[in-house]
Amino acid sequence: MSERGLSWANLFEFANPKRFLDVSGWIIPWLAALTAILIGAGLYLGLFVVPPDYQQGDTVKIMFIHVPAALTAMFAYGAIAFASLIGLVNRHPLADVAAKTAAPLGATFTALALITGSLWGRPMWGTYWVWDARLTSFLILFFLYLGYIALWNAIEDEVRAAKAAAILALVGVVDVIIVKYSVEWWSTLHQGDSLFAQGGTLIAPVFKWPLFLMMGGYTALFILLWLIRIRTEILARRTRALLRREA
Amino acid sequence: MNAFLALLVRDMRLATRAGGSAMLAVAFFAAVAALVPLGVGADLKLLGRIAGGVLWVAAVLAALLSLDRIFQSDFEDGSLELLVLGPLPSEAVALAKICAHWLTTGLPLTILSPVLALLFNLPARGYDALIASLALGTPAISAIGAIGAGLTLTVRRGGLILPLLILPLISPAVIFGAGAILASLDGLSNGAFPLLGAFSFVAVLLSPFAAAAAVRLNLQG
Amino acid sequence: MLFRDLAFSVGAGEALQLEGPNGSGKTSLLRAIAGFLEPRAGIIRIRTNNGQSHSSGEERGSFIGWLGHQDGAKSQLTPREALSFQSRYYGDAAPVDEALGRVGLSRVSDLPVQYLSAGQKKRLALARLSLSARPLWLLDEPLASLDAAGKTFVAELVRQHCERGGLAIIATHEAIGLQGPRLSLGNRDT
Repeated sequence: MSERGLSWANLFEFANPKRFLDVSGWIIPWLAALTAILIGAGLYLGLFVVPPDYQQGDTVKIMFIHVPAALTAMFAYGAIAFASLIGLVNRHPLADVAAKTAAPLGATFTALALITGSLWGRPMWGTYWVWDARLTSFLILFFLYLGYIALWNAIEDEVRAAKAAAILALVGVVDVIIVKYSVEWWSTLHQGDSLFAQGGTLIAPVFKWPLFLMMGGYTALFILLWLIRIRTEILARRTRALLRREA
Repeated sequence: MNAFLALLVRDMRLATRAGGSAMLAVAFFAAVAALVPLGVGADLKLLGRIAGGVLWVAAVLAALLSLDRIFQSDFEDGSLELLVLGPLPSEAVALAKICAHWLTTGLPLTILSPVLALLFNLPARGYDALIASLALGTPAISAIGAIGAGLTLTVRRGGLILPLLILPLISPAVIFGAGAILASLDGLSNGAFPLLGAFSFVAVLLSPFAAAAAVRLNLQG
Repeated sequence: MLFRDLAFSVGAGEALQLEGPNGSGKTSLLRAIAGFLEPRAGIIRIRTNNGQSHSSGEERGSFIGWLGHQDGAKSQLTPREALSFQSRYYGDAAPVDEALGRVGLSRVSDLPVQYLSAGQKKRLALARLSLSARPLWLLDEPLASLDAAGKTFVAELVRQHCERGGLAIIATHEAIGLQGPRLSLGNRDT
């Protein structure tokens, strides 16, 4: 364990459920404000200040919603894998809760990325879906999320479900890297004209600021919703435990 | 080694007896393959083009049919405990079962595939690639499928959730496998075979660890 | 939690009987000893004659002959095939026919297990156990499904095993007719 700005000892201190509730309760309002500011500023700049793209017109502005959603979806899966690893190795009680609660959020961001990606492509492709490399990878990622959530729900014993889901997440995170590469390879076979490859290399500087603001805003939003969900889950478990003891 | 072979032979014997899954998987494979032209139309040129992909998808689905029994049957009658207490580490038990599954499912499917490809009017130059890609890629299906089977051991109706878990994980095999067949139809070489081989190799190498972990988790009950 | 502050030891030649009502944790304790289940706290240790000590679940497994309350019999195999597999898998040289004879299954030795009665399946499990060269026998409700002759056979089998220097821990809510220490798991506060 290496020394970083936030040391491991500090991190695990937050992670004791009672302390977590205290600290997160304090953080959440500030985080909510930050999220609102970042997303508000990003949308304002992106929609009203930045001029339309010479090639794609106004529709390119969907990128401000789509790209951060896609990045957050990937970040969420990585977070789940990381939490799963901690849960398996350190058996930390909050790690399992963190992984479980992040999944529906990640799935939603993935769905958002898919829908906005499809809408973005429609004017260019003339159709809502063309099996473009990125969208296809995200479609598979979406199914990975669904499977993960389904596994949590399918196993009745919470502890066992946590460990099984952790194994699945770790297998999935290795596999998703292979999937991404294989889908890119596949789409080059079928002369995929990737919308996003063009968009990626030709981002004019004027687009960058709104994009960064939105990425920051989405990350803040994800963490905000994540903390709220973890709190809810902790409180729900406490309630269930209390009810069981009384019965 | 003796123990490994003994387990392998036993599982193969169980799969091929009445009530075992080997024949069922092969029949299902044929049924799915026969269904597709009914849905897609009898345009021979089209069928010849999609044959590789269709047979690959059908093979995955057929292998999935028997995957949930790979540990389940031993789990239900108490033989799994006896296997795990034996001389083999649980990873070796998983590997033996994966091999048995492939030998009784993936391999027969591979052998049957050229016959079904005839129904699809697959051009002659595609046959080698068809057989080679299925032979190379079906072990990955057995291997990764075993992970899903281990995870869903205690799930009621685990057979329904298993495909949802496995199919995204197995997509690279389908991509590379069908891609190899398409390349041979076009007379190109697109590097699909080495990629498929690498994927299968890594899958067979690593899956026993995850599958064994999942099985041990469920033996706690 | 099923129990806490549980401490006991079993020596060579001893057969410990675990008693207690259903749900008191007899099966869980046996599974913990076998290494399937990790106790929340505490140590389970096997000490061998040469002074070595084995505390991990995986290591303990190699000492154990297991008779769970399921039969462990594949329904499509015959008793002979089941015992042959068992002996090859575990690496014991096994007189299969002799074992089948001792439990009275010679006549049905080539009939798939699915056609056997519950008592016959249990006797097959006992035959399998009798062929085992493992020193620590863990038996979970071994008398279930057996008639009086079968129950006598179980007691005799365990007695002979202990006389050869083996140990046994038996979970049973029926009297088994064996001398030896008893451990009661009912009425333990958690």
